Amino acid sequence: MTAVREYPPAAAPAAGPAPMWPAGYLVAGRKEETSDTVTLMLRPAGNPIEPPRPGQFTMLYAFGVGEVPVSVSGIGQDQVLVQTIRAVGAVTRALCAAKPGDMIGVRGPFGTDWQVSAAGGRELLVVAGGIGLAPLRPVLLAALAARDRVVLLVGARSPRDLLFPRELETWRRRGADVRVTVDQGDPGWDGRVGLVTTLIPDAVADPARTTAFVCGPEIMMRLSAQALADAGVPARDIRVSLERNMRCGAALCGHCQLGPLLLCRDGPVVSYAEAVPLLAIREL
Amino acid sequence: MPSPTAIPGPRLIDVAGLGALIEALAAEGYQVIGPAVQDGAIVLRELSSAAELPSGWGVRLEPGGYRLRRRDDTAAFGHAAGPQSWKRFLHPPRERLWSATRTAGGFEVAADDGEPPRYAFLGVRPCDLRAIEIQDRVLGQPGSRYAQRRAGAFVIAVNCTEPGETCFCTSMGTGPSADRGYDLGLTELVDEAGHRFVVDVGSPRGAEILGRVPSEPAGEGTVRGARSAVEAAADRMGRQMEAGGLRELMADSHAAARWDDVAARCLTCGNCTMACPTCFCTTVEDTTDLSGEHAERWETWDSCFDVDFSYLHGGSVRTSDRSRYRQWLTHKLGTWHDQFGSSGCVGCGRCIVWCPVGIDLTEEVKALRTERAERAEREEPS
Repeated sequence: MTAVREYPPAAAPAAGPAPMWPAGYLVAGRKEETSDTVTLMLRPAGNPIEPPRPGQFTMLYAFGVGEVPVSVSGIGQDQVLVQTIRAVGAVTRALCAAKPGDMIGVRGPFGTDWQVSAAGGRELLVVAGGIGLAPLRPVLLAALAARDRVVLLVGARSPRDLLFPRELETWRRRGADVRVTVDQGDPGWDGRVGLVTTLIPDAVADPARTTAFVCGPEIMMRLSAQALADAGVPARDIRVSLERNMRCGAALCGHCQLGPLLLCRDGPVVSYAEAVPLLAIREL
Repeated sequence: MPSPTAIPGPRLIDVAGLGALIEALAAEGYQVIGPAVQDGAIVLRELSSAAELPSGWGVRLEPGGYRLRRRDDTAAFGHAAGPQSWKRFLHPPRERLWSATRTAGGFEVAADDGEPPRYAFLGVRPCDLRAIEIQDRVLGQPGSRYAQRRAGAFVIAVNCTEPGETCFCTSMGTGPSADRGYDLGLTELVDEAGHRFVVDVGSPRGAEILGRVPSEPAGEGTVRGARSAVEAAADRMGRQMEAGGLRELMADSHAAARWDDVAARCLTCGNCTMACPTCFCTTVEDTTDLSGEHAERWETWDSCFDVDFSYLHGGSVRTSDRSRYRQWLTHKLGTWHDQFGSSGCVGCGRCIVWCPVGIDLTEEVKALRTERAERAEREEPS
């Protein structure tokens, strides 16, 4: 039961006051993904932030409104950040409403990453629920670039809520095994209906050689990780991206605690072996 | 480390010397902060002379209770921890991080680049000295405002000869004697030989400031008397807490029934987190003026007892009182080790005194230990 983490943590937070000051980025492109989700392409107006690694997040600031954590869903040319945002509150609504040319404040990048290269040569299994596909997009791109074998399982509430539908086709053409399911179909949907967890048993070919990347609502990640474990994938080879209230990003404000973890520093990506005992405790 | 030759042996100053010390610090440009009686309590505030110190005042402490009392001597430091701690100055309750102005191309962020204040803290208790050291590890990232304020701070510790009814620094290994982290370390003596202070020099700049104050070498007997007064204080703590294995106890106790018991008493007001010298949590507020052209970000103290503290889209993680008290105590005594390499408790007792319903963490820990022992007994195969 007793925690056995080592101190100090491997990844020390960045030094100096800079982590608290937003860098100016201009909206270079904007794409409406679904009725409530927008992808922004952000180009640095001055000094860019350090290049984020897949799985890390930034704090995005809407002038005068506030700041929220958003995972990085890609890095384009000229250090353009690709960030996909779902409008669920005042700040995310302001960010989603940003027009090309508008300025957004960016701090980061913060946290741990998916460690995609460490899984090179293994079978990659990516499991995404809803907006959880956004932080997993760089995993797909890295895996396809490295010509790793990759299976992508995507779950969405409905066909209308499916993220990156055209890119899913592109990834399929480039060799990814993409399987999609929705919680609730509509008249035009002839694909699979059901939870994403139901796709897992068939998707695990060689559990000992599989590394899984899971992101979505917490309940979906718990059930997915459990299904992966049932299929024989060791907990240490299952990576999940956890969310708590991130405010500072630099392990200074205390909000993102999950037991021994400060998720902005020790997460968001943690191994399921580490997450299991923590997620099992209600209201931890 | 300063060379041993730079550090003189113990010196002796009298009350006038203490006044001269305050003047010497002020002349050096320090803002001298120390204890003073105000609003029925001994608070920490800027001092201009030794006359403002709470000479002849003591305190009576109990769970949920704090009263000033007259002492029968003139001791200036004959009191235990008050409602405030030094974090109020090093880690202010409210601070502007930056301001931003709308421009044609977007907005420009300007840092608050004012010179950080240079504080001289007079009367830092050994427990509070350790609390500062703990906050250094949490907040002292190089270049931060905290680190700047901390680097400039001159620290005059005062060893404890008068522990309060709610004190347990001996249990936590943080007092009653200051062993490091000060520029000057005082031990107050009030007896037939007069009112004076044995001064241990802890740094070259401490030696330098002391050099501007009339002092004499402290005699061997006087030093021995001062040391034994501090040693005696170790046995007069009003509280005890078994510190061994606390981290494991907290990790093993997340499902304890005791959390329901304490939740029935706890008002989740957050007083304990405000009074605690190590609690560091903050939140930020983003504001604009009415024109919408000017925006600011402010950092303010926050508390894990606030429901919104753990807010995520869809609701807060810790909605029950039970889970929020558990978070505070488990973090303080357990997971603080995981995150910052030490306990977060220094045994100052403030959380006991300033809890409006008098929740005593030493009692809660005792109850958790008992519950775990009983659980183990039940589970042991007979």
